[in-house]
Amino acid sequence: MSTAPEIAGPVAPVPSHGGPLEPAPFTVRARAQETRDTVSLVLAPAPGSEVPAFRPGQFNMLSVPGRGEVAISISGDPGRAGEWVHTVRALGLATQALAGSMPGTLIAARGPYGQGWPVDRAWGKDVVIVAGGVGLAPVRPLLLELLRHRARFGRLEVIYGARTPDDLLYAPELAAWRGRTDARFQVTVDAAGRDWYGDVGLVTQRLPDARFDPASAVAFLCGPEIMMRLTAETLEGRGLPREGIWVSLERTMQCGVGLCGHCQFGPYLLCRDGPVLPYRDVARLLRIRGL
Amino acid sequence: MSGLRNAHVGDPPSHGGMGPAVGSRWLLARDEFPSLLDALRRAGYRIVGPTVRDGAIVYGSIRSVADLPEGWTDRQSAGAYRLERRPDRALFGYNVGPHSWKKYLFPPREHLFTLRRTDAAKFEVSVPEDPDPPMAYLGVRACEIAALNIQDRVFVGGAAVDPGYARRKARRLVVAVQCGQAGGTCFCVSMGTGPAVRDGFDLSLTELLDEGRHEFLVEIGTADGARVLDGVPLRPAEPSDVRAGEARVADAARAMGRAMDTEGIHDLLLGNLESPVWDDVGRRCLACTNCTLACPTCFCHSTEEVPDLSAERDERWRRWDSCFNLAFSELHTGSVRSTTPARYRQWLTHKLATWFDQFGSSGCVGCGRCITWCPVGIDLTAEVRAIRAAAPRPGPGAGGTA
Amino acid sequence: MNGPVRPITSAELEAHAFLHGLSARFLAELLPHTERREFAAGHTVAREGDPAREFFLIEVGKVALEIVAEGRPHLTVLTLGPGEVFGWSWLVPPHLWRVDARTLKPSRVVVVAGPALRDALEAHPEDGYRFLRRLVPILARRLDATRLQVFDVYRP
Ligand code: SF4
Ligand code: SF4
Repeated sequence: MSTAPEIAGPVAPVPSHGGPLEPAPFTVRARAQETRDTVSLVLAPAPGSEVPAFRPGQFNMLSVPGRGEVAISISGDPGRAGEWVHTVRALGLATQALAGSMPGTLIAARGPYGQGWPVDRAWGKDVVIVAGGVGLAPVRPLLLELLRHRARFGRLEVIYGARTPDDLLYAPELAAWRGRTDARFQVTVDAAGRDWYGDVGLVTQRLPDARFDPASAVAFLCGPEIMMRLTAETLEGRGLPREGIWVSLERTMQCGVGLCGHCQFGPYLLCRDGPVLPYRDVARLLRIRGL
Repeated sequence: MSGLRNAHVGDPPSHGGMGPAVGSRWLLARDEFPSLLDALRRAGYRIVGPTVRDGAIVYGSIRSVADLPEGWTDRQSAGAYRLERRPDRALFGYNVGPHSWKKYLFPPREHLFTLRRTDAAKFEVSVPEDPDPPMAYLGVRACEIAALNIQDRVFVGGAAVDPGYARRKARRLVVAVQCGQAGGTCFCVSMGTGPAVRDGFDLSLTELLDEGRHEFLVEIGTADGARVLDGVPLRPAEPSDVRAGEARVADAARAMGRAMDTEGIHDLLLGNLESPVWDDVGRRCLACTNCTLACPTCFCHSTEEVPDLSAERDERWRRWDSCFNLAFSELHTGSVRSTTPARYRQWLTHKLATWFDQFGSSGCVGCGRCITWCPVGIDLTAEVRAIRAAAPRPGPGAGGTA
Repeated sequence: MNGPVRPITSAELEAHAFLHGLSARFLAELLPHTERREFAAGHTVAREGDPAREFFLIEVGKVALEIVAEGRPHLTVLTLGPGEVFGWSWLVPPHLWRVDARTLKPSRVVVVAGPALRDALEAHPEDGYRFLRRLVPILARRLDATRLQVFDVYRP
């Protein structure tokens, strides 16, 4: 008897659904005001529907129907099935609508999309995470994933920068993280009043005393491009090779699936090939203006 | 190589069966051309093809031969396009105009679907009634077949398949026409896409006009192509007819209006992202988006939501967009490509370099539309030459064993 | 507890990261003009507009540099920790502090008298050059950082 693989059947009929851009209904299950302009939303699927699993660093496309769709990174715990958590800063119409959604609001969501953080590369190494501003949101799932597997890697240094103490995300969680003895969380702000006893200064100013073995460490960076560039350069200055650094990039995204062309960054379609990319591959491009 | 296969002349088309063999070649008299249109319609296709409108040859519905630009030709150069009479009555004696077939596969505006709220926590998604009948594209040039293949890879060749495009692609019949002359801005030879039509067609026509004759050499590309010929009065082509067709295409190949050196072009462009040429061309470019609209491979688009007043319905639409628009790269902090040089660089490097990284081929087929329809006559072949000329060459001390 | 504590030894002076590698002669000249001080949290070490006569090397604790302006709350623009230095207005005329320096934690610092340091730098140009080679990159880094803070890099 032949064991040849079965030949594929006739070409599947052309789908008549909305295709890869078709969202699924979710509702806001919980909402937390993080800062003046930023909220975290817990999204629950319609009863009986599943929530696709995601990897840290991936994003979803969200909209309050009729108010515009927008790409938002997933900031929830990848180990928690059944919900999507997003941290949204109210900037434009779509994000204002999302940020203003109270529990029970209907949300159209689709995803997850993109290449996330290469968590596997952390095992056995020291890990440095540097996040700036809302860049902490896509890093949070990575942190939760790493902390769940704390024994599998070396030291953990996290540096988080924000504008002011009032702009810090996940304040209660941050306090708990900072209390850990198996990791060091440094928080620094650009400017602060006298009621702030933490650090003031750029994230790069916290790097000199970050403890890691440059020969065997990985670094994950997320924040404004200029901040990531300076951070990567400072890390390289401390002897961490480029190959050990990853960055999460941002460009406008509309389709999320590599069809619309908006998120091009040189040879990359960030929705498909990113948003997380090896710094080695993008270091040169990050220095080209207006790319 | 194709000569061997085609020197064989097959049996006349059978009527009512599978039709003539794929790869076989036939002759169709000019006077019988209407029977081809009839046959296409009988087979259920809406015919779209070249027609004269507002002083240009554009693509539109073809109801009869009279709709075709009989006896017309086009004269094209950078920033200029003019129709002229031909001395003969050729049906396809011109090159490509401002339209391309992408308008049928990837319409300028498309209603994707509608979300309809059913209760507080749910909506339904409905797709608009299928508006796309099977279409026969009549008069598809070699470069345009290459462009179809390129857009196919974008819309249905990746992980995310665009359902509308896939539906229209499944229903298209490609009736190619081989070019017997080249336009003033054509450079398909440089891009390896033409002028000979080699594959990707259902039927291919070569208009034979020498010595007072007016006939079409018809090559069968697919079983679908063979099937629609049912009832069309064809005669077997002789080897001399095939040679006459090849000679016409060779004439076109020799008459290319432009040439582009594509040697190492990916690395050339990506290695010269800060060439002074970008500023120079950026000063001339109006960022009018004409080139991207005319280009048969440009696929960038935006999606829009159209809510109705009751907020119970939300329609998702898609429309063509362009990397020349400031808003195209808008982030909340501003536009990433805020200058025209940056936007021209994005366009050209995408067409000729990063398209390889993203989709495995060039994004340019050498059709020349962007040159002809640029209001200030910017010519990408000239810009590439300028970038090559301005590229720093390795100095005497650079590498090698001296 | 604010004030001088156990005097610093030449070995300790030499061991400080910022001064390490400077010549023994140079450091010996500084030693008589150097003292160690301890401050409680919340102590104002220097005040904007006051004469600047001292150079500070932080051994322990945390110091905030603040901009103080009438009618506006104090604004911290930089915090510094162990191993870091502050105060160079003794080097730059008109030798007045440009920020307030205030401890955020109980802190221990090594203080070098500015005029003596200036004299030593002049007298030993090689050490002077080395000293500036260490100081200038710090100034440059702080200037870079300040630019990004002014740029408001995380602005919405
Ligand atoms: S870039 Fe210009 S020449 Fe190339 S395919 Fe597009 S329109 Fe044609
Ligand atoms: S290159 Fe020409 S056609 Fe294209 S945007 Fe610029 S001016 Fe318009």
